[in-house]
Amino acid sequence: MSPILFWIFSALMLGFGAATILNRNPVASALSLVVSFLGLAALFFGLDANFIGVIQILVYAGAVMVLFIFIIMLLDLKAEQRRQINIPALLGGVAIVVAFTAQLVTVIRSYKAGNEPFAAITPNLPDAHNIGMTLFANYNLPFQVIGVLILVASIGVVVLSQRELK
Amino acid sequence: MNAILQFLSDPLPFLVWTTLAKSAGLLGVVLVMVSYTVYAERRVSSLMQDRLGPNRTGFPTSLLGFGIKDWSPFLGGLGQPIADALKLLLKEDFTPAYVNKFYYWIAPGLGIGAAIISLAVIPFGSSIAGVDMVIANVDIGPLFVFAISSLGVYGIVLAGWSSNSKYPFLGAVRSTNQLISYELALGLSIVPLILIIGKLNLVEIVSYQVQNGWMLLPGITAKAPHLPTLEQFLTWIPVFIAFLVFTISMFAETNRLPFDLPEAETELVSGYHTEYSSLKFALFFLGEYTAMITGSALIVTLFLGGWHFPGIPDGSAAGWLGVMWGLVNIGVFLAKVVAFLIFFIFIRWTLPRFRYDQLMKLGWIWFFEIALVNIFITALIVTYVH
Repeated sequence: MSPILFWIFSALMLGFGAATILNRNPVASALSLVVSFLGLAALFFGLDANFIGVIQILVYAGAVMVLFIFIIMLLDLKAEQRRQINIPALLGGVAIVVAFTAQLVTVIRSYKAGNEPFAAITPNLPDAHNIGMTLFANYNLPFQVIGVLILVASIGVVVLSQRELK
Repeated sequence: MNAILQFLSDPLPFLVWTTLAKSAGLLGVVLVMVSYTVYAERRVSSLMQDRLGPNRTGFPTSLLGFGIKDWSPFLGGLGQPIADALKLLLKEDFTPAYVNKFYYWIAPGLGIGAAIISLAVIPFGSSIAGVDMVIANVDIGPLFVFAISSLGVYGIVLAGWSSNSKYPFLGAVRSTNQLISYELALGLSIVPLILIIGKLNLVEIVSYQVQNGWMLLPGITAKAPHLPTLEQFLTWIPVFIAFLVFTISMFAETNRLPFDLPEAETELVSGYHTEYSSLKFALFFLGEYTAMITGSALIVTLFLGGWHFPGIPDGSAAGWLGVMWGLVNIGVFLAKVVAFLIFFIFIRWTLPRFRYDQLMKLGWIWFFEIALVNIFITALIVTYVH
């Protein structure tokens, strides 16, 4: 991937990520998040991880965020824009971010393998094939367990929403 | 001159200019096809309703001495798309005062952008002078089309929301529901094909069909057309189910009748683009028909052998012969797409609209389950055949 493209898409991703938090209008926030996801997908494409990139768009930008916007549109946006900034919550949030960043920096600094260059990867790996083989050959049992977990969760949602109706 | 030719045949500049040429050519062909699809829709609908349809705005053939009346019932009206385009361009572009301006302006572009970008991975021909007739030969073809066209819903949602009016909003809500419901069936219904072919690359899917027969008509191969063998017949069963689910879901994804609830005229004036006029309305219109073409092209590529037709070789021969066959292959592909577009139009003027609860029931209770069960059936058959 050319470094210029990398910087453009990284800037796109981080800039719109910040816009997600800073925007007062919930629809604008949600759309900024979509653009941020698209930037992330472009970074994956640049690393020849086409499958993950496309799943990023398909699942997050195309399905999850559409549902988010769908719900947001039904809310009263004016009430959200009128809300005052809660100072203690803001300070708490900033403190957590600073602490987390500090932790991240110390961990990455002490991680020796991070400084060693990787061997060059041959481009155009069949990544859909590789992911399938890894998931179903090496990690089949955990994969099935996650499947059961999701099934239980979705049955739970159906049961709860049915109870709400009565 | 020689230096320029030398530069143009270097690998990187060659890739750049061929890709640009292919994109420009495909875009041009698709835009012409869109305008004539609109014309075909009007003429076919009038044929089916025993009317004439637009038959006056013709090219002045009598001036050129062909002796055909300019507005004959059959040839007349071929100039109608040009007149329509001019009309849409020159109308007053009215922006209501109460809309959310920024989103109101970007919504039409999002819709058509998504529809056009997803054409990039569709192989529309074999090859001409060694250049593959596909803009982006990626290993995730169908997924790419689904991903990009799932972004098209933002155009509709934003149009409905930013219009700040009840009918567009209801249209947008319906559209979101519909797209999310049918995307699942659409994605799941092609899994059997991928199980059988074992490839996710659309170019390789087409070349598999050239070797082993079209997915939907398994006897038609590059060698000699023959009756399908038992193995081919067994794999044909899930493919046929997948084809039905995929095609019907494609109708829902492109908001075509019988699933055009987002813009049901009798209920919602004209749905999500009620507040739009002039060029912005034209963009929605173009986007809808481009999505139809993308959908038809995907169906042709996945199920009907793409550019292949028995007896017509691909463009790998040397010299002008190869170029000619390459162009013929593109013609075959476009002919198949046009046939599908006419099928789309026939359905529109044949079936009444579904009710909203019927639409949801069909998507979630029927197609989703059928597509899911079909995957298991395919897995069993593929295990048996191999």
